[in-house]
Amino acid sequence: MSVRVQEADFDLNTELTALRAGDARIGALASFVGLVRDINDGAGVSEMTLEHYPGMTEKALEAIVAEAKARWDLYGALVIHRVGPLKPCDQIVLVAVTGAHRGEAFAACEFIMDYLKTRAPFWKHETTPDGTRWVDARESDDSAAARWRV
Amino acid sequence: MSVRILYFAGLREALGTAGESVDLPAGVATVGALRDWLAAGGRDKLASAKNLRCAVNQEMSRPDATVRDGDEIAFFPPVTGG
Repeated sequence: MSVRVQEADFDLNTELTALRAGDARIGALASFVGLVRDINDGAGVSEMTLEHYPGMTEKALEAIVAEAKARWDLYGALVIHRVGPLKPCDQIVLVAVTGAHRGEAFAACEFIMDYLKTRAPFWKHETTPDGTRWVDARESDDSAAARWRV
Repeated sequence: MSVRILYFAGLREALGTAGESVDLPAGVATVGALRDWLAAGGRDKLASAKNLRCAVNQEMSRPDATVRDGDEIAFFPPVTGG
C-alpha cells in the first residue's frame, strides 16, 4: 500500500527499508519528513490537531502518487500522513520514492509534497498562548505546486 | 433531488455542523448554485467564507460542476496539510 493515513507515528528506518527491500534496480531513495514546529505566524504552538476528509484523503494522495509515477520512472512510492493530536517535534508526514537515479527521485519526492500541500484534504488546528486557531493556507504553497504545471 | 453535504475544519466549526442531507429544488444544478442556495437558507458563512473549496464525490471540483442525485458534496477552506 503506497498511501497511509494514520494517527500512529511511523518509524523512518522501518518504512524506508521496506520500500527498497530486495529491489536491486533501485539506485536512489529520496525521502522527506514534515515535522510539527513550535512556532507559526509569530505565535508559539504547544499542540496541533490534524483534521481530514476520510475517503477523499486517501483518493487524493493516491492520485498524486499516480501522477508522479506517470511523470517519472519510479520503482516505488510511499506517503504516510498522520492525523489527530500532535506535539512540536512530532513527525507529520513522510514522502519517499525510489528510482534508478537521484534526479527523478528528488524531483518526484518534491512534486508529491508540493501537490499534497494544495490538493490533499487535511487541515491544521493549533493551540497558541492566545487560544486555538485554524492554520491559514500559504500562497507560497500554491506557487510551489504551480511550478509543476499539472 | 437529494444530496449529502459535508463541511470541514473552520467552516464546520463556524456552521456548527459537520454535514446535512438536503432535498434540492429544481434549478439548483451546480455546486456554486448549491452554495448560494444553502447560504440563502441560513448558512451565511458559506457566502462570506474566503477561497472556499469544494469536492463532488471526493474529487476537487469547480463551482460550475454539475450536482446529481445522491452526490456527496463537501465545502471546506483551503487545505493545510503536510
